[in-house]
Amino acid sequence: MRQEDPALVQIRTPDGSPCEVRGAASGEGPAGSQPNDATRRRFLGIAGASLALATAAGCGRMGDTGAFLPYSTPPEQATPGVPEYYATAALAYGVAQGVIVESHLGRPTKVEGNPAHPASLGATDVLSQACLLDLYDPDRSRHVVEHGRRSSWSAFASFLQQALAPIRAAGGKGFALLTETVISPSLGSQISKVMAALPGAQWHQYDPAGPHAARAGALAAFGRHVHTYYRLDRADVIVSLDADFLASGPGSTRYAHDYAFGRRVRGSNTAMNRLYVAESLFTATGGKAEHRFRLKYPEVGRFAAELAAAVGALGQGTAGGARYAGWTGPVARDLLAHRGRSAVLAGETQPAEVHALCHAINAALGNVGQTVIYTDPLEVRPEDQVASLWQLVQDMREGRIRVLLILGGNPVYNAPADMNFAGALAATPLSAHLALHFDETSRLARWHLPESHFLETWGDARAFDGTVTILQPLIERLYDSRSQLEVLDLLLQDPNRSSQEIVRSYWKANAKAQDFEKWWRISVGRGLIADSALPEIRPAPGKVDAAPLLQEKKAQGLDLIFRTDPFIYDGRYANNAWLQELPRDITKLTWDNAVYVSPQTAERLKLKNQHCVDLKYRGRSVRGSVWIAPGQADDTVAVYLGYGRNVGVVADGAGFNAYLIRTSDALWYGAGLEVQPAGATYPLATTQMQKSLAGREDDILISKPVETYRKDPDFVRKIHPEPGFDETLYPHWTYTGYNWGMVIDLTACVNCSACVIACQAENNILPVGKLQGLFHREMHWLRVDAYYRGDWNNPSAAYQPVPCMHCENAPCELVCPVQATVHSADGLNDMVYNRCVGTRFCSNNCPYKVRRFNFLEYADWQTKQVMLQRNPDVTVRIRGVMEKCTYCVQRIREAEIRARDQGRYVRDGELQTACQQVCPTQAIVFGDMNNPSNRVARLKREKLNYGMLSELNTRPHTTYLAELRNPNPELRENV
Amino acid sequence: MPEPFHPTANTVFKFFLFGGVVFLGFASWMTFVIAHAGYRDWQNMPRSQPVPFSHAHHVGKLGIDCRFCHTGVETSSFAGIPAAAVCMHCHSQIYANAPVLAPVRESYRTGKPIAWTRVYAVPQFAYFSHSIHVHKGIGCSTCHGRVDRMPLTWQEPPLVMAWCLGCHRHPEQYVRPVSEVFDMAYLPPRDQEILGKRLVREYRIRQLTSCSICHR
Repeated sequence: MRQEDPALVQIRTPDGSPCEVRGAASGEGPAGSQPNDATRRRFLGIAGASLALATAAGCGRMGDTGAFLPYSTPPEQATPGVPEYYATAALAYGVAQGVIVESHLGRPTKVEGNPAHPASLGATDVLSQACLLDLYDPDRSRHVVEHGRRSSWSAFASFLQQALAPIRAAGGKGFALLTETVISPSLGSQISKVMAALPGAQWHQYDPAGPHAARAGALAAFGRHVHTYYRLDRADVIVSLDADFLASGPGSTRYAHDYAFGRRVRGSNTAMNRLYVAESLFTATGGKAEHRFRLKYPEVGRFAAELAAAVGALGQGTAGGARYAGWTGPVARDLLAHRGRSAVLAGETQPAEVHALCHAINAALGNVGQTVIYTDPLEVRPEDQVASLWQLVQDMREGRIRVLLILGGNPVYNAPADMNFAGALAATPLSAHLALHFDETSRLARWHLPESHFLETWGDARAFDGTVTILQPLIERLYDSRSQLEVLDLLLQDPNRSSQEIVRSYWKANAKAQDFEKWWRISVGRGLIADSALPEIRPAPGKVDAAPLLQEKKAQGLDLIFRTDPFIYDGRYANNAWLQELPRDITKLTWDNAVYVSPQTAERLKLKNQHCVDLKYRGRSVRGSVWIAPGQADDTVAVYLGYGRNVGVVADGAGFNAYLIRTSDALWYGAGLEVQPAGATYPLATTQMQKSLAGREDDILISKPVETYRKDPDFVRKIHPEPGFDETLYPHWTYTGYNWGMVIDLTACVNCSACVIACQAENNILPVGKLQGLFHREMHWLRVDAYYRGDWNNPSAAYQPVPCMHCENAPCELVCPVQATVHSADGLNDMVYNRCVGTRFCSNNCPYKVRRFNFLEYADWQTKQVMLQRNPDVTVRIRGVMEKCTYCVQRIREAEIRARDQGRYVRDGELQTACQQVCPTQAIVFGDMNNPSNRVARLKREKLNYGMLSELNTRPHTTYLAELRNPNPELRENV
Repeated sequence: MPEPFHPTANTVFKFFLFGGVVFLGFASWMTFVIAHAGYRDWQNMPRSQPVPFSHAHHVGKLGIDCRFCHTGVETSSFAGIPAAAVCMHCHSQIYANAPVLAPVRESYRTGKPIAWTRVYAVPQFAYFSHSIHVHKGIGCSTCHGRVDRMPLTWQEPPLVMAWCLGCHRHPEQYVRPVSEVFDMAYLPPRDQEILGKRLVREYRIRQLTSCSICHR
């Protein structure tokens, strides 16, 4: 965090233009203060000048009409105006996510899920959606740099050969390679070739956020490296121990899909799965739990041990302890009643002992092979990465490493603070760093090498179940960059092969296909290699010792918990404005990380929101701004990693660097933190101030136990009566063609925010920056509201995605003085940008507050790369114009035109809105309500269907299915 | 104190007062006239091109179908401008060394596109699709005029929204059988109203005036 006068907050807009505001530190809304200092005189001057210019333009000729630049020789199958789609994979949370990328004349504009891919099933997560913006990031590094001076690849290649000559002679001694976790088979083979050529060389892997504990836990439980994944569609009871498996982590898209699959209450089918979560932070997953146990981090382990004892996983005669018997008893009985149909998951931040315990519990419950699947590791070489990095750092410091090649990653920024990687790097004579950005490590390394984005190059990677996707490029490289595969090729005998040749030659040798060309075409085209998922194994479990988890630890001070940021992850996406501005799970904070504390702890320490505090941990200190997080364990401070970067205009100045106090023996948790108020304040931008439904659940967000529905299926109608059809003064419109509508299933929504970012990518929605965020001027057309329910100290949560309701009796339409918002003949509430004069009456009159106003010119019209990303089918809005969700009207019109070209109607499911397509749980269903057999029409007939605030007689086209929960009758719900 | 103004000042003042009103009115009228003149929108003005391509010769005289070059017209929103390779289909044999075709050969050889001057430019906030119009019986010549008689191409219609709406409000006045769409010489029959109404029903042409039909 910047140490400057808190009253003077300097924030850059995403376009890089600095804005200053005084007084924003109060944290209050704009209330009269305006960020731009335009005086009245200046305004009149500009107004007069623009009037004169407009008059001149009105009389003059409509400028240049432009030019057509047709192909010289057209590529096969390319029709300008019709987008093309290519399958590839995005790397999210360290594994592959199968995607299909939309490309307009060679520029990728939108990422969609690959329906054939097991991790995706047509949906994607937030990171896969947003990685597109990284491709076009203007701050990406463009040149090879040596000692801060521009150089070239050929210079680097000859330098490398020179530097390697003595090392080759010494059998590779003195050369070290540092990579992130390698899950790419061809990269693994490339590395092993390098290691074979340089036998004395070292290869280390380090990921700040990898599954370190899961790896060690499996090693402890089975005596070997084992990868675990889950089949939650087969699970009726799910217990999560600090695992946010629905919204982040490998396979989360598939897990969310399978979880929601088990709770689709339709008509008389009322079967529902049940989720228990024991956690110390309030995660998106915790908010969905029927029963959430708020526990301090070490207590989660105790809870796991007691649960293991209660289900008989610890063998005979093991005392389990009984502190949480009131909770573990009913949970254990529920689990035992669902043997083979339950799953217990441990979070990646929990220690190895908890992971080992989970393996024992699942084995005792007969879940192995049913809901819990074991395979060989995804990684090419699983290892204890912290120990590996320690060894490298020691070797570097003692001068045993002459040449260090760092492929990806950013160890100077994110290696544990006690290792002092920067110091070790300074002691290494020759170092080179390949990265997307000129980042913290690049600054200290001798050479910086620009890395290709995965959409620019060939590669391969494994998904959460081992399925291999061959990555294919969508666009010619924007800069003179190379991929990891190509850089490694510089070390081999046959250098300068393209990434395509490297990947092809690997698979030619390993594919075991009779007709390789055919195999290659099919595998690349489908986006996955058939039957490449790792086969299931049944490792023999060893003895698990739960005693360490049951020991009482007397801890001084507070507990400190690290988490990766839900969106910018370990910091690698920090320069991605979409992700920075995406509101974080329940707090809905944007552009910053914060020091999260529970309400009671805040009261005890006399902390308020946005107060700066110094976190002192083991002699290291960092300053952050406080945010009170109900539902968090008491005496616990949580910080997100990934902020405090120095890498580009978006990332710079956002948040504080929590890596500064993260040490190698306390990667995720440490006890003995001291918190000292710093006497200053630092504003945090949140998009949702009102976190309570204030007793209006029945009007806005209906959530009831499934028992209520079983007893009385009509309960929604009774607590939420809809106004009669004729209760209006306005004439009714008869829909003769289509009548578009949407249903959102609140039971399925897990608050992963993928819909928000998909909407942003599809509809050219511009990020506004933190300063505008402080004025609540965010532009997201779709938001996911998150509310706390029940006891403020130990609440549960409810989530509600809110797009435009496309009201039949739309309040916005009545008040527009220029008819800029009008109804279309097929039920859409159209927004006509060219008519809008910016009165904002419509936004005032909208009960759902879904309209967004362009207070400033948020679009960047200068930076070529940024403009390449934009969807050509959607207008980029300018200053002074209102905008809102259009139900992806561009997709509707395209589908209509496609159908009408073929003389038919749009088929159900043929047309998906961006939010619907990306949704892992299929919570959003869109379609033509006029055809009664359509999915949306069937859902509208469900008895759980209701309109938000429909007592206002707005008759929304977007309606909700009330949320149902399936609480255990033995336990009290914390609602 | 003497009068500050001579009595003639009244006349002068009145002259400027009424003259000002008249002048403002005239200026507004001129603005309106100029703004609606085709001159401003390049209407009816042949545009110079890097290669003086003549539709009159290729279409009118040789009878090449529109779709031979504009390949996307039935499948895409964009009709498509032919690649240099398409020109070279014939011009590798005919006029293979004509100096006027040098840019085409140059483009084919180097892969650099020819920068054709755009004749029809719809504003960026209006999304027009060729394929739907072609499939619903709107002929090429309805909007593009007698291209087969244009030595250098010009923009036939004014391309203003009122012109679009003329057809979107009353498609029956313009629609023709789909089989006649690419016929440059097609003339609407005398009973266009009756035929048009029948075709509008047959082709299920509807809801054409919602804003989001063209503006997204």
